[in-house]
Amino acid sequence: MVIPATSAPTEARIWQLLEEVSDPEVPVLSILDLGIVRGVAVEGDKITVTITPTYSGCPAMNTIATDIRLRLLAEGYTHLTIHNQLSPAWTTDWMSQAGREKLEAYGIAPPVDGTATGHMLNLFGKDTAVRCPICKSEHTHLVSQFGSTACKAHYQCDDCLEPFDYFKCHN
Amino acid sequence: MLTQDLSGTKAAAATEPSLLFPYVLQLADTSLILAHRLSEWCGHGPILEQDLAMANIALDLLGEARSYYQYAAELEGQGRTEDDLAYLRSAVEYRNPLLVEQPNGDFAHTILRQFLFDNFHYHLLRKLKDGPDAQLAAIAEKSVKEAAYHLKWSSEWVIRLGDGTDESRKRLDKAIATLWRFAGELTTPTAAETALQEIGVLPDYATLLPEMQAHTEHVFAEANVPLPTAVFAQLGGKTGRHSEHLGYLLSELQYMQRTYPGLTW
Repeated sequence: MVIPATSAPTEARIWQLLEEVSDPEVPVLSILDLGIVRGVAVEGDKITVTITPTYSGCPAMNTIATDIRLRLLAEGYTHLTIHNQLSPAWTTDWMSQAGREKLEAYGIAPPVDGTATGHMLNLFGKDTAVRCPICKSEHTHLVSQFGSTACKAHYQCDDCLEPFDYFKCHN
Repeated sequence: MLTQDLSGTKAAAATEPSLLFPYVLQLADTSLILAHRLSEWCGHGPILEQDLAMANIALDLLGEARSYYQYAAELEGQGRTEDDLAYLRSAVEYRNPLLVEQPNGDFAHTILRQFLFDNFHYHLLRKLKDGPDAQLAAIAEKSVKEAAYHLKWSSEWVIRLGDGTDESRKRLDKAIATLWRFAGELTTPTAAETALQEIGVLPDYATLLPEMQAHTEHVFAEANVPLPTAVFAQLGGKTGRHSEHLGYLLSELQYMQRTYPGLTW
C-alpha cells in the first residue's frame, strides 16, 4: 500500500529521511555517515538521489538503492530516480566524524586518514598504526590487507589480543 | 533499478561508438574472466586470509567488469544488456587476452598470473583515468585505487614465494615457464586498439612499458629471481582465438542463463 505524501518533498526533508537508511553491512552507519550520498535534487514531486559506490563490486549498492526507495515510499514519495555515479570516486575522507565514532564504538577501527595503500613500491611497508577499538592500544598489527568485506582489512591487538576489522583508508 | 550516470562530473567527450565498443567489451571480458578464475579459489585458498584476498579481488574485478559491460551495451545501442553480453556470447566472441583464462594451477601459478595482469592493469588505468573518453575515465578513476591494492598484494606474494623455501621457488619458476609467454599480449595492440591509440583515446602501450618494466625488475630483484628474457609472446585472445580453457570456463559461468534463459535471483 502506498501512503499518499503528506507534504511536498523538500531537499532538507529527503536528507533527513536518508539519515535513517543504514549501511546493510555496517548497520551502525547511516548512508550519510558513509559519504555515499552525493546529491539530492527535488523538482516538483520528482526526487533524484545520487549515490556513489564505495568499491566497484560492493554488493550492498543494490540493497542501499532499494532501502532508499522503500524509505521514501513510506512517506508517499513515489517519483524517485537513483543515479549511480562513479566520478568523483568515493574516498573515506567523506566519512563523517560521527560515523567514525560510531564505527569505533561498534568494534571496527575507523580509517586513519592519509594512509591509503600508498605507492605500489612500498612493499612490506610499515603497517598503518591502528588503534584497537576494544582496549584503545596502539600496539596492533596487520593480519591481512583483505578482510570480511571489500572496505576492511584484518588486524589484531598485541595487548588485548583481540582480532578486529579496520575500515581501510581509501583515497 | 539503478540508472547509470558513470561520467558524473567529468566533461563529456564523444568517441565513435563503433570503434570504442569492441575495446570496452575487451576490457569487460578481461576483468570478468579473471574474476571468475579467482572466484574458483573461494573455499580452497591455502589459508583463510588469502582465500578472502582472492575473493575480494575477484569482487573488485567483477564490479569493474559490470561498469564496462553497461557502457558497452550503451555504446552498441542494440538493446542488449550487460547480462546478455556476459552470459550469451560464445568463446570466439570473447576478447580477453589469453593470460586471464589460464587455469589457476597452484597458488604460485595464480599469483604470477595476477602479478602480470595487475602490473599492466594498474598502469593502464592510471592513463585511462585522464583519457578523453569521459565514461572510460570515470570507470578507471574508480578502479585504479583498487588495482593499486591488488598490485601491492600480488607483488608481495611474488617476493615471498621467490625468496621463500626451495619448494615455493620451484613452484614460482614453473609458473614463470608456463605463463610468461602470455604477458606480451597485454601490451601488443590489436588493429582495434591501434585505431583508438591513433585518435588518442587509448595510451600508446609503449608509454606504459618503462614503469611496468621498472616495477617488474624491482619485484624480481627483491624475490631473488632472475627475469626471463626474450620470451615469445603468444597472441590470440584479444582477437577471439582462445585456448581450450575458455570454453570450459564459460560453460560453467554461463550455465544458468543458457539453461534457464532470463532467470533472476
